[in-house]
Amino acid sequence: MDKIKLLIQVLILISVSPLVSGFIKKIKNIIRMRRGPGLFQPYYNMAKLLQKEEVISENTSWIFRSTPVIVACSSVCALFLVPVFNTSVAFTQMGDLIFLMFMLALGRFFLALAGLDAGSAFGGMGSSREMFISAFVEPAAVMAVFAVSLSAGSTSLSVISAAGGTRLSSLIASAALFIVTLAETSRIPVDNQETHLELTMVHEAMVLEYSGRSLALIEMAAHIKQIIFLSVISLLLPLSGVLFFIIKIAVLAAAVAVVEISMAKMRLFRVVDLLVFTFVLSMIAVIVSGMGV
Amino acid sequence: MNYFNINLSFLSDWLTGFFIFVILLISVPSAVYSMPYMKGHYSTKKSMLNWALLIMFVLSMLLVVSVGNTIYFLVSWELMSLLSFFFVVFDYEDTESVKAGVLYIIMTHLGTACIAAAFFLLYKYTGSFDYAVIKSNISYLPAEVKNIIFVLLFAGFGTKAGIVPLHIWLPQAHPQAPGHISSIMSGVMIKTAIYGIIRFAICIFGPGPLWWGYTVMTAAAVSCLVGVIYALMEHDIKRLLAYHSVENIGIILLGVGGAMILKNMGLQFLALLSLIAGLYHLINHAVFKSLLFLCAGSVYRATGTRDMEKMGGLIKAMPWTAASFLAGSLAISAIPPFNGFVSEWLTFQSLFGGALNSAGGSRLFFSLMAAALALTGGLAAACFVKAFGITFLAAPRSTAAGKALEVPPLMKYMTALLSVFALILGLAAVPAIKIIKKAAGMILAIDTAGFNFALNNSVVSVNADKGLYVSNPYFAILFICLAGVIAAALYVFLGRSSVKVGKTWGCGYYNLDSRTEYTATAFAKPFKIALGFFLKPFRKIKKEGDSIYHIKKFEYETHTTHVFNEYGYDILMKFIMSTAKKIRRSQPGSINIYLGYIFITLLVLMLTVNMF
Repeated sequence: MDKIKLLIQVLILISVSPLVSGFIKKIKNIIRMRRGPGLFQPYYNMAKLLQKEEVISENTSWIFRSTPVIVACSSVCALFLVPVFNTSVAFTQMGDLIFLMFMLALGRFFLALAGLDAGSAFGGMGSSREMFISAFVEPAAVMAVFAVSLSAGSTSLSVISAAGGTRLSSLIASAALFIVTLAETSRIPVDNQETHLELTMVHEAMVLEYSGRSLALIEMAAHIKQIIFLSVISLLLPLSGVLFFIIKIAVLAAAVAVVEISMAKMRLFRVVDLLVFTFVLSMIAVIVSGMGV
Repeated sequence: MNYFNINLSFLSDWLTGFFIFVILLISVPSAVYSMPYMKGHYSTKKSMLNWALLIMFVLSMLLVVSVGNTIYFLVSWELMSLLSFFFVVFDYEDTESVKAGVLYIIMTHLGTACIAAAFFLLYKYTGSFDYAVIKSNISYLPAEVKNIIFVLLFAGFGTKAGIVPLHIWLPQAHPQAPGHISSIMSGVMIKTAIYGIIRFAICIFGPGPLWWGYTVMTAAAVSCLVGVIYALMEHDIKRLLAYHSVENIGIILLGVGGAMILKNMGLQFLALLSLIAGLYHLINHAVFKSLLFLCAGSVYRATGTRDMEKMGGLIKAMPWTAASFLAGSLAISAIPPFNGFVSEWLTFQSLFGGALNSAGGSRLFFSLMAAALALTGGLAAACFVKAFGITFLAAPRSTAAGKALEVPPLMKYMTALLSVFALILGLAAVPAIKIIKKAAGMILAIDTAGFNFALNNSVVSVNADKGLYVSNPYFAILFICLAGVIAAALYVFLGRSSVKVGKTWGCGYYNLDSRTEYTATAFAKPFKIALGFFLKPFRKIKKEGDSIYHIKKFEYETHTTHVFNEYGYDILMKFIMSTAKKIRRSQPGSINIYLGYIFITLLVLMLTVNMF
């Protein structure tokens, strides 16, 4: 029974994940005083891409062809570990929050390889920068995970979310995880999803060679990854329940949009400063959690 | 005095058994691999020499882990060092090999000197060379002597293991040996140093003071980071792998050092977990590093170069080797469901447990260790995206790479076999942990009967009440099911994807060649700039031409500064050389003066003989 519940939860989250991206875009456009595309535009994009013909480079190998499926699977697998609607999911035996990070690393590893596979300088540049950013994100993320886990006594997401109670350390760690989310979902100030200049792209440059169905899968994986991060943060924040969960996701998405609107993209090497700041923030969270608050 | 009455005794405990298993697990495939590897590239005489040395080398390693006496340990340790030295200079026509060999033999003997000093100190206080007797008499050791012995042993074994800053020989010596020997050296030989640390610092000494564990862990974290950062900068594929050995020795020692601290704090279960993580990573590293070194050997055979910038596109010519290298890359980057992931997860859990059960500074210390491990993991993943991507993907970057052919069957089967081992150790983590638990329990003298690290045969569980699980089999099944569902759904609803093969996007310029591809140097450049405070990059650009707009010749040179050589070893070398020059004045070559020296020596000895 639990397994069916979990499956339904995963399917719901997958189906609403593009909506969150559409929502962020909508808010950005409202702030910019533009009308912009509708909330469901990401779905239309997906439908369009699924029907398009694919063009692949002659240099590519099976790595390039299989990467979209691997990336999508790794994101969905990670989604199985996020207990949103019921905290006692049977699948928690698969792993904990640390495992979740490693699962996402699987998708990123292949995506970076695929970026190199076509032999284009843009793809290589994207791969290099993606791995660069993610390498520096990792310690900050682990520190933040430690901070919340030390309070709950476990690195398991279900135990953490079941522990409940608002703690100062969890709030600081959530702030750190929010910056981690910006970096991992290629948002301003770390990356820019809307740019059309290959030289400033990070994630987009890496998937530059993809088209059609493969691109649809990769975009879907990115949406899912985004909802995973937002869900994890919202599980750490106070107030539980389905309704509050939706509100929290909406608020976080709005925050992402506001950050995107009010900041410029940072130079790659300034991103390191931001991530070092995030690391220090999570370190403070660990220290604060040691004080028992 | 029974100086020469030394019993040759052998140990047969779980620790020895574990190491014998690791040695054989790696040595046998590497030896088989060497047959086609040597064929056609070395004379028959040299092939024979290879076999003779190889068998003795493996035997000497087996002796190191199985003798029960410090004198025999030293003898077999020295034998192992010398035999591996012969392999480093196996291609003695190459001056690089000789240089690396000389550095190796100097460093390894410095290490052996430390170990020997430690053993003789032990003999002085316990009156025996035998492990069992030393262990029963260990209480006679004053605390400060115990500390000195520990430092000597840690430095001595650390030299062999390649702990920073004693690592400088490792990235020079390991790549120079033939492929199968690099694999054994990196996969197994440096692990015998871990054996030494475990055997003496934990098994025989029992729980030492807290700072031992902190020292080991700090050195481990530094090794992790320095190893992986240098690896990222390296474009020689075998040297890159050698630097990763420095990194992985660090990860293993994080587990070992953690066990020392946690045992001291009285946290039996966590100490056990930490040591299991270390030992598990030891066997995992042995498997994937020898796998990667064998693949690198195959690539070297196929292309004739170790420079990654001259490779590329090999996945099409060498699909087997590429698949094996990919498996090794995933394993070393700790990506599930491969083996490296399980041991890193266990290390994270033991660090988390340590942080959870301590307060104040040590809580932060354990968290920082976890952060260091996370950064190491991230950088390692970046490094292996580079290593695999530049070597095997895209279009060939040189004609040699374009003409490369798959290696002989025996070579590719051996690498495939090792990648299967890597997968099995990842999926069958529960049985592996059950066996390693016995070794770890024996080392720490903990009764393991009450401690369970598994929920069932596929779920590794650290604390079932707290939901600390990990299960690679579940993940693998879920992953494969999802992949099947996605592929099937796309096929059923949309039919076969229509794919057109075209040229790579070049902003409208369609004559891209291998020179426009991204390079390993470029891939590593962001890291070089961001870590510039440590790497101290050097860059020289020289332009020649009529004006700044018309350049005829362009020279570009870039490299990083190895701070340990620049600010440590080089200064030391200079000092030694200048001192030697001063001492030379006392050796003028006149026989009268030498006779005088002998006379003075005799006089001094006669006067002081009563003091002994």
